Amino acid sequence: MSKANTIAPRDTAAPRNFGTILKELDWRRYVIYIGFVVVFLFFAVLLRDQGFLSPNNLLNIFRQTATITVIAVGMTYVIACAEIDLSVGSVAGLSSVCTAMALSQWGLVPGILAGLAVGLVVGSVNGALVSLLGIPSFLVTLGMLGIAVGVAQWITASAPQPILNDTFNMLFGSGNFGPIPGLVVWSAIFVAIGAVVLNRTKFGRQVLATGGNRNAAEFTGINTKRIKFQVLLISAVAASVAGMLYAGRLQSGRFQWGSGDELSAIAAVILGGTSLFGGFGSIIGTLFGALLIGLINNGLILAGLDSSQQQVVRGAIIILAVALARKK
Amino acid sequence: MNTADNVVEMRSISKGFNGVPVLKDVSFDVRKGEVHALAGGNGAGKSTLMKILQGVYQADAGEILIGGKPAAIKSIQDAKAAGIGMVFQEFSLVPSLTVAKNIFLAAEPLGMGGMIDDRAAVRRAREVFTEMEVDVDPRAEVSRLGTAYWQLTEIAKALAQNAQVLIMDEPTASLARHESEALFELIDRLKQRGISIIYISHRMDEVYRLADRITILRDGRHLLTAPLTDVTPEQIVEGIVGKKIEGQLSYRARDHAAHEGAPLLEVRGLNAGPRVRDVSFALRPGEILGLAGLMGSGRTELARALFGIDKVDSGEILLRGKKVNLGSPQQAINAGVALIPEDRRAQGLVLEHSVQDNLLLPLLGQIQRGPLLDGAKGKELSSSLIKRFAVKVAHPHRPVRLLSGGNQQKVVIAKWLGTDPDILILDEPTAGVDIGTKSEILDMIRELASAGKAVIVISSEYPELLAVSDRVLVLKDGSIIRDIPRSEIADEEYLQLAVQGV
Repeated sequence: MSKANTIAPRDTAAPRNFGTILKELDWRRYVIYIGFVVVFLFFAVLLRDQGFLSPNNLLNIFRQTATITVIAVGMTYVIACAEIDLSVGSVAGLSSVCTAMALSQWGLVPGILAGLAVGLVVGSVNGALVSLLGIPSFLVTLGMLGIAVGVAQWITASAPQPILNDTFNMLFGSGNFGPIPGLVVWSAIFVAIGAVVLNRTKFGRQVLATGGNRNAAEFTGINTKRIKFQVLLISAVAASVAGMLYAGRLQSGRFQWGSGDELSAIAAVILGGTSLFGGFGSIIGTLFGALLIGLINNGLILAGLDSSQQQVVRGAIIILAVALARKK
Repeated sequence: MNTADNVVEMRSISKGFNGVPVLKDVSFDVRKGEVHALAGGNGAGKSTLMKILQGVYQADAGEILIGGKPAAIKSIQDAKAAGIGMVFQEFSLVPSLTVAKNIFLAAEPLGMGGMIDDRAAVRRAREVFTEMEVDVDPRAEVSRLGTAYWQLTEIAKALAQNAQVLIMDEPTASLARHESEALFELIDRLKQRGISIIYISHRMDEVYRLADRITILRDGRHLLTAPLTDVTPEQIVEGIVGKKIEGQLSYRARDHAAHEGAPLLEVRGLNAGPRVRDVSFALRPGEILGLAGLMGSGRTELARALFGIDKVDSGEILLRGKKVNLGSPQQAINAGVALIPEDRRAQGLVLEHSVQDNLLLPLLGQIQRGPLLDGAKGKELSSSLIKRFAVKVAHPHRPVRLLSGGNQQKVVIAKWLGTDPDILILDEPTAGVDIGTKSEILDMIRELASAGKAVIVISSEYPELLAVSDRVLVLKDGSIIRDIPRSEIADEEYLQLAVQGV
């Protein structure tokens, strides 16, 4: 669990009563968890006849959230480092078509490598432009958003690229590992590695320090340019894996896969308590942020709202949650 | 004393945060046309008291009288309307706007049809500067001006809003000596015009130069208010610290035998940017080398070059006789060099992170177990540093931002000494630190040198420099112009003349 989500251990010497403990507990840090439980219970009661609580529906929520979760884990690093990556959605799209095309040409392994290569190349370009040339990541990745989706559309002539390789489809999204859907396993792996690296390794600390005060980090001997490069690389690679998950789940590569995901991922990260100004990050918070968004989407569909109404309600809930979580 | 003479009177002010009292029944008054020094250690409650006067905080109890009448100051706007002006320690100007636009920010003079009349703003700004008898171009963009002009702009901003009382918090902290002298003359002129000044400073010479009366706070209580003619500097220091401090600010010769060895650091013909030119010197283990010079003389730049932050253009750096390439702070740290930077808030600390995280940042390599960090080891290491350097912390997991300036500085020093460097460079190590902590830091520097480390101290405060240095290098325009052993420096005056190149 991240620093932002643990209460500072206190002097245990002084006896305290329950009241003071409750008062000192900074509930704003737990808003995402409280919000998650409240929304869950709300839907559970309201939509009990629509099958909200059925195991199938609950697994569906996880399945639908998986790609956003994977992208958002990478995004947490970028935002904790006080940068932003707007290109993740189109990187996912580009990765899905590159994987699909390489798969049909050369087979399974080249297909997977092609997808990963998209992340490595885009991430390296983003990182190099930001850290070496000092261009703000907002502008670099905004440009890359257009470039990646444009390339994806161009090389496919806007046509969907079907994937007929069953092994790929089973591995990336369509299949199950025992009783557990593959997509859930993928997001669990990303969350687990993401959380451990951010909280328990030297690299994670250096990301937080760079985001908290780049100058001080630099004076402390941290190569902040390298850190910025690395977080943008991580984010693009995570996005390219998400693109392959889209490809496997939908058994095709299309330039539209992932479009708009950058906004959902940023919303998940911020809902999860990572500071938009850098310095703090919580992967577990991000997971719950993504799940909350998925929960809301699912609930609103079951409630019979049409997509325009869903957008309004979703937007309002996100603003409300962030407003509650902000510092005094 | 007739209370009508008091432009400001704060009566029995109490204030607490989250149940912790910060001010306890403090009274404070300012007379028309006086300079009233406000002193106290870090955390004594000075800034809280002043923030209440400025309307940033509201007192829990007590009242404020302006010109003898009770005033409700509930916001910064109320304070401004009551004639309270603040000259911020961290300047509150918008760098991309002109001087005139800054002065009239949010109070722009309006012309025809409610449009902002920039010409009138420039004209009125010029009038204010004329009254202050200083020469500043109101049309200049603030970012292009030096810090001394920023401060003049701040003062003009307050005066343009008809401030009767100016609060100045460490106003000379970022000024060169001649700039400070110009500020003191300006303060004298403002005084004659009936403007009162609340002057917060740790520097005793300034307080005696300027102030009519002094009020000392300690631990949130009012300790004394007296004319400066009635108190001695020793009494003031004792009042602030709560105990007698003797001899900390006087030089003590240490065991010089240690200096005899081969040089730990040798610099030959070093050039780095425009402000380090052909610098050569040697530093032996156990030696404390002082760097003196005016603002912009290249002291900080030399330190940055030695620490691998600024690129070295030519010249050699030798550590223990071996030529080294210090291309990045990481390389410098690995070679055993540590730099305690001049601006602890901007360069030394990640303010929002905890004390423990800040302390461990350069030491992460030491607490790794495999690829992961060992939490227990980190906790142990940080608490031993906190103990060793007597940092006063409520809890190591609270943000370092909450500590007083002196304790923040201790965290920066502790963080670096945790890396066990052989060569320690301290840039303005006691800026904005109270006298008690200052003497602790100076003692720490002496101890480190006695333990065989080589130390470089950069300071604008001559008494401090003379208290610790075994040798002083005087820099001017990036070059060393004098290399004086401590024994040849008779007093502050001598060093001051040397710095001015006389």
